[in-house]
Amino acid sequence: MSQAEVLRRVSPLWTFGLLRSELVTTFRRWRTLALLGVLAAVPILVGIAVKLETQDGSGPGRGDGGGPAFIAQITNNGLFLVFTALAATLPFFLPMAIGVVAGDAIAGEASSGTLRYLLVAPAGRTRLLLTKYATVMTFCLVATLVVALSALTVGALLFPLGDLTTISGTQISFADGLGRALLIALVVAASLIGVAALGLFVSTMTSSGIAAMATTVGLLITVQILDQIPQLHALQPYFFSHYWLSFADLMRDPVYWDDLVKNLGLQVLYAAVFGSAAWARFTAKDITA
Amino acid sequence: MDEPSAAETEEADAGGGGIIATRGLTKRFRGGQLAVDGLDLTVPAGSVFGFLGPNGSGKTTTIRMLMGLIEPTSGTARVLGRPMPRSVRTVLPQVGALIEGPALYGFLSGRDNLLRYDAADPTADPRTRRTRVAAALDRVGLTAASGKKAKAYSLGMKQRLGLASALLQPRKLLVLDEPTNGLDPQGMREIRSLIRELASDGTTVFLSSHLLDEIEQVCTHAAVMAQGRLITQGSVTELAAGTRGRLFVTTPDTGDAARVLKEQGLADVVVAEERVTAEPPDRELAEVNKALVTAGIRVRGFGVERASLEDAFVALTGEGFDVAG
Repeated sequence: MSQAEVLRRVSPLWTFGLLRSELVTTFRRWRTLALLGVLAAVPILVGIAVKLETQDGSGPGRGDGGGPAFIAQITNNGLFLVFTALAATLPFFLPMAIGVVAGDAIAGEASSGTLRYLLVAPAGRTRLLLTKYATVMTFCLVATLVVALSALTVGALLFPLGDLTTISGTQISFADGLGRALLIALVVAASLIGVAALGLFVSTMTSSGIAAMATTVGLLITVQILDQIPQLHALQPYFFSHYWLSFADLMRDPVYWDDLVKNLGLQVLYAAVFGSAAWARFTAKDITA
Repeated sequence: MDEPSAAETEEADAGGGGIIATRGLTKRFRGGQLAVDGLDLTVPAGSVFGFLGPNGSGKTTTIRMLMGLIEPTSGTARVLGRPMPRSVRTVLPQVGALIEGPALYGFLSGRDNLLRYDAADPTADPRTRRTRVAAALDRVGLTAASGKKAKAYSLGMKQRLGLASALLQPRKLLVLDEPTNGLDPQGMREIRSLIRELASDGTTVFLSSHLLDEIEQVCTHAAVMAQGRLITQGSVTELAAGTRGRLFVTTPDTGDAARVLKEQGLADVVVAEERVTAEPPDRELAEVNKALVTAGIRVRGFGVERASLEDAFVALTGEGFDVAG
């Protein structure tokens, strides 16, 4: 037959074509852009609120220590808006956005029927799952950077910039502060690895994108609530959100690493456990949708 | 692993095992429902194979098992001579498929949908991607609409785009599940001629349908499923030959004609309006006609109707075609 020579020469690099397609597809979705828009709006709102409240010259929070971390320092240095915005979005907005994207990753393709065509292409189940996970992690990073950059822009426009004081009371230069801000953004993005793996696992369990998103966000809220109940303190160190706010320790001088390391270790553990579970589930699943 | 399987592929190409060969293929879903029951299906290389059956007869489950989407409960399925779902990675790049209707990303244009599906195939060369996508769009007549978002497509256009995704690469086998669904008569004709064209290039086409005349028009071989079981398979002419045609006489004198036919020893004489039919005799037909004319019957038409696939199906199942299992 004429196609006997169909055996094509295949470059191993071509396998990344799917990742590129996946990234382009995800970031062209209206929903993704809306989520990023909401995230970008949070620092703007915080910035404006702080600005309005301090126009009479008094300090924000009026010394009662309320509100997210670092909020009191924003009027002195706009760079603190980056830390405040990340502290404000990390407990809910950021993981919710990740939950939506991760929950929809496999289940959304299943409910629209495109999953079967990707698999007969053949995308390969392990390759597709890894591609989806890589895309969700990229989204974690992009989402965090959107918050940080929006906060930096708003902070620079509304407040003075300059050398800043760390939590420990020492002075660091603005350039050093900027470096720490970037490092904090990276740590915040890495804090979301656990939620991303959990969302992806939930996504392999159902053929309904909405159900997967709702379950992931529901789990996120449940864990956040449980983390507040003192009677559960024995379990709390294993909640993926327990050490999230440890990123503030990067603003100490010298940096206090203990909780940061615990946080990252916990995220890796979640990624390993739920990543394996997602793989086991997805590679053995009958695709009937 | 490569050497023996390469040999197996050659054997399959030589027509030994068939492009698709299943042995005792069975799928019982978790709810206990037996969707496919001991299927022994052989699709010869180079054939246009019609896979027939009422809705719910297990056609789609079978196709999903062949494509590695569903794991069989028992039995084996070989596609291009290799076991599925184990050899998905080597087999599927040579197979184009349209399964249970097209599925598209509504927010992407037709062209971008194809680019995405092509990127999912790790054996597809990205350097030729745009050219191949353009060629596939052209082949199904969608070039003009390729920039439109897929959610704005009509069902027929979606169907065409689905077909285009099956044609992104030269394929050895095309699996098309109900490919003319949602198409207008003109579109159906185009798809049929496309299938014939592909078949003449040597592609084996596995076509599932519940439209008998569609199968009869394009297929060389066919299999019939009902309630998860394979009722029959073979070449279309063999299947149709399984049921004998019927002798018919068109005449205003139906009563006399029926009497004469009975006198001539014909069985199963049925009188309808201006028409008498009977089982054809083994002897020369002209003798029967002569007897009719000699008896003074005004014969307007006389002959034997070839059995259609539908007659064959009714004879096999003893029931109408559209009865769901």
